Amino acid sequence: MRVNFTVNGRQQEADDVWEGESLLYVLRERMGLPGSKNACEQGECGSCTVRLDGVPVCSCLVAAGQVQGREVVTVEGLADYAKHREDAHPGGACGSVCGGTSLQEARQWQAKGTDGQTGEGGGLSAIQQAFIDAGAVQCGFCTPGLLVAADELLERNASPSDADIREALSGNLCRCTGYEKILDAVRLAAARQEETV
Amino acid sequence: MAGTKTTTGAPTEVTQKHNKGGIGESTLRPDGTLKVTGEFAYSSDMWHEDMLWGQTLRSPVAHAEIVSIDTVEALKTPGVYAVLTYDDLPAEMKNYGLEIQDTPVLAHGKVRHHGEPVALVAADHPETARRAAAKIVVEYKELPLITDEASATAPDAVLVHEGRDDHHIGHVPHPNIVHRQPIVRGNADEAAKKADFIVKGEYTFGMQDQAFLGPESGLAVPSEDGGVELYVATQWLHSDLGQIAPVLGLPEDKVRMTLSGVGGAFGGREDISMQIHACLLALRTGKPVKIVYNRFESFFGHVHRHPAKLYYEHGATKDGKLTHMKCKIVLDGGAYASASPAVVGNASSLSVGPYVIEDVDIEAIALYSNNPPCGAMRGFGAVQACFAYEAQMDKLADKVGMDRVEFRQLNAMSQGTLLPTGQSVDSPAPVAEILRRVKARPMPPERQWESSEGADVRALPGGLSNTTHGEGVVRGVGYAVGIKNVGFSEGFDDYSTAKVRMEVINGEPVATVHTAMAEVGQGGITVHAQIARTELGVQQVTIHPADTQVGSAGSTSASRQTYVTGGAVKNSCELVREKVLEIGRRKYGSYHPAWATAELVLEGGKVLTDGGEALADLAELLEGETVEVEAEWRHRPTVPFDLKTGQGNGHVQYSFAAHRAVVEVDTELGLVKVIELATAQDVGKALNPLSVVGQIQGGTTQGLGVAVMEEIIVDPKTAKVRNPSFTDYLIPTILDTPTIPVDVLELADPNAPYGLRGMGEAPTLSSTPAVLAAIRNATGLELNRTPVRPEHLTGT
Repeated sequence: MRVNFTVNGRQQEADDVWEGESLLYVLRERMGLPGSKNACEQGECGSCTVRLDGVPVCSCLVAAGQVQGREVVTVEGLADYAKHREDAHPGGACGSVCGGTSLQEARQWQAKGTDGQTGEGGGLSAIQQAFIDAGAVQCGFCTPGLLVAADELLERNASPSDADIREALSGNLCRCTGYEKILDAVRLAAARQEETV
Repeated sequence: MAGTKTTTGAPTEVTQKHNKGGIGESTLRPDGTLKVTGEFAYSSDMWHEDMLWGQTLRSPVAHAEIVSIDTVEALKTPGVYAVLTYDDLPAEMKNYGLEIQDTPVLAHGKVRHHGEPVALVAADHPETARRAAAKIVVEYKELPLITDEASATAPDAVLVHEGRDDHHIGHVPHPNIVHRQPIVRGNADEAAKKADFIVKGEYTFGMQDQAFLGPESGLAVPSEDGGVELYVATQWLHSDLGQIAPVLGLPEDKVRMTLSGVGGAFGGREDISMQIHACLLALRTGKPVKIVYNRFESFFGHVHRHPAKLYYEHGATKDGKLTHMKCKIVLDGGAYASASPAVVGNASSLSVGPYVIEDVDIEAIALYSNNPPCGAMRGFGAVQACFAYEAQMDKLADKVGMDRVEFRQLNAMSQGTLLPTGQSVDSPAPVAEILRRVKARPMPPERQWESSEGADVRALPGGLSNTTHGEGVVRGVGYAVGIKNVGFSEGFDDYSTAKVRMEVINGEPVATVHTAMAEVGQGGITVHAQIARTELGVQQVTIHPADTQVGSAGSTSASRQTYVTGGAVKNSCELVREKVLEIGRRKYGSYHPAWATAELVLEGGKVLTDGGEALADLAELLEGETVEVEAEWRHRPTVPFDLKTGQGNGHVQYSFAAHRAVVEVDTELGLVKVIELATAQDVGKALNPLSVVGQIQGGTTQGLGVAVMEEIIVDPKTAKVRNPSFTDYLIPTILDTPTIPVDVLELADPNAPYGLRGMGEAPTLSSTPAVLAAIRNATGLELNRTPVRPEHLTGT
């Protein structure tokens, strides 16, 4: 079957999609967007979390056909998604879908990189930068899914309590960090967002 | 061996330089930005035009003769390019293995465990490959099962491996025992007479899984010279290479391996998984082949932590002094040897823990069985022992009538204490101090779900389940401490190699570090850049991708990489520095007398005297020159343990961690909430404090996991794995994981580079027994097995 949908703000078309193919497979193997990760493909680990019409979902559990005509934001589009949200509603929650970046733009991103000292990368969203700065990235396999989930949390709750953070991220497994630095990262991103208001 | 420097125990200079971004600073990961934008290429992200997908057919039974394999229907499936069985293997060598080559690339004659690879398929879509694999018809004739010590060592037991000819067979009491290590020191029976109290205990440690998130995966690309390129996630490229090339029938230089992004490892990637299979399919089809395990297959695709039975006896005087210890540790290694012999060495030599006991009688064995193969996992034999000896310490302290922490401190080892192997612990051993530190921490507030400030039912054991309001909740506190060896022991040539280049690029002095070290998330690449900045005084450091174009770095395991490959980077940098200074002397030696001294340092892009006077700019000095050194580096040598007495200087270094666990247990529902897991650990020198704390918290959480939820359940009647998924094999979520305050000590080891202490594993040891002790403290239950499940707490 053919599936038309929007990924990170750009209209996409996938042909010859099998009925059994997941959104995760289509993103990774057909769209060339491997940022969403394939850790359990069973909806248990959250590594493949994307936003579908603004709602965080495990893309491994979404049949590709279900996204016909809908909007998907992946970790590759997260920075622009967050930027547009900031532009539309500076310092505040956006509430619904805020658009995103074209895939073309997303593909053209160059990792500005950290210089190993300050960690100031270019073009990252607040939560992405905070994950780097707080040491919340180790092997990094859980990171894309956690970022999408954490960004959505901060969108609806600008100053979450620790219990709020734990509840929001309870569907994302991390095997490396022990979660402390992930908590630190979300707190850091929230604090930085408050400073900029 | 020009250019190679080996240290053999002489104290290493503890460098105190102040190059920005150097050692001791919390510099950030060089791969961090790629990882947060989704651009970092993990092994499962590899892609090649025109590539095929590989699929493995695995045995549905644990022990059976293979009567026949019919691949005709599978081959007919449209889109299928190849179906391979044992008969298609191209070389004389058809097995592989870390130490003993007992693992078949594809099963031949029989299968020895549930999930063993039997056949391979390559097809143009992963689903096509799966469907074709399902069409392969294999006829099995089931054989009797070996599932535990009794069935393995029975006089008429079926042999898991008939005709064994490995080097352990001469000293094991039964061919179904992989390796046996006794350790006898003093006279435990005689010393037991001095004991006022004796406690005995039997403990069971469940089969834990590494559960790294990134599945086994990689891409094999056939090359024009008949060789193959392999992009794969592993812990040790050269170890893989040495096992892959012989079964492909290729010389090693025709198998070119590059490390692709690794999504965690924890020991689970020490053994081969899909590497050989992908290469076989690529060489057969002439096309690139990608294999990506799903989670179900991942549970069959790697070895697990050895489940264990541990039988302990300790004695103490009424003053609280330990008199003796006897123990027997039975590790189930499963169908293939993997790292079992080394795990036995660790479990036996570390079985007394960080305590002074002069009279011991120890035996550790690993079984061959038809259970899933077990091998390396973080803590490597020391974890199981720590679980048991720490439970014993609590029991003994209670009998003596002493505080449990004071009892441990009274018996704690210190620098100079002898291990049961007779080896002296010749660097700081702050066991009593780390216990003091975790004990001294203020306690977290009780019953947080009902406190007046921030009352929140999410803080209850079980969270929002709304089945209780805390009526049956009780609190407990438990302590534990452990000792872990660092590096590969027992005479293993545990070297590493680093190639360091220095040149001028765009007017800047730049260092490039090239090693074959597997970065599995631990942060080695960050540390290598820090070392190069410290030693060479440059800002820009490029970390070359890890591949087999440079000498071996050894494994990213055994807490050894920063010690050994960090040591190799440091060593190579020092050799580069000498060459840079030679160039300087040649060019500028006549301008300043200080060039003739040996006290020059590289700092801030300049050559400085030890007084801080600048002699030259590195950029000018190196203009037009490239300095490059590739050198091996070794830590001091070790020897194998004596096979009868266990005596010998088998270990390189030790690391120590302590935990205090605070738990709340809902005794009605059988639910445990760990409130806090305070940790103290000596790391010798924190090269990157941020990464150090991250490692300690991560290791602590894996210990918590096996305490209360993690276990691969193998049906004792069929030896089949019952829970190979993340739905059924539980690892801690952020809701299960408490606050983990970390207290880092830095007592330098004079034998190690910068005084550092390998530290990745120690936190996994003591967190499990600390949580168990806290649950026992809360409930009064004996709880001699891990993980603790609700039924153990409610008696249902």
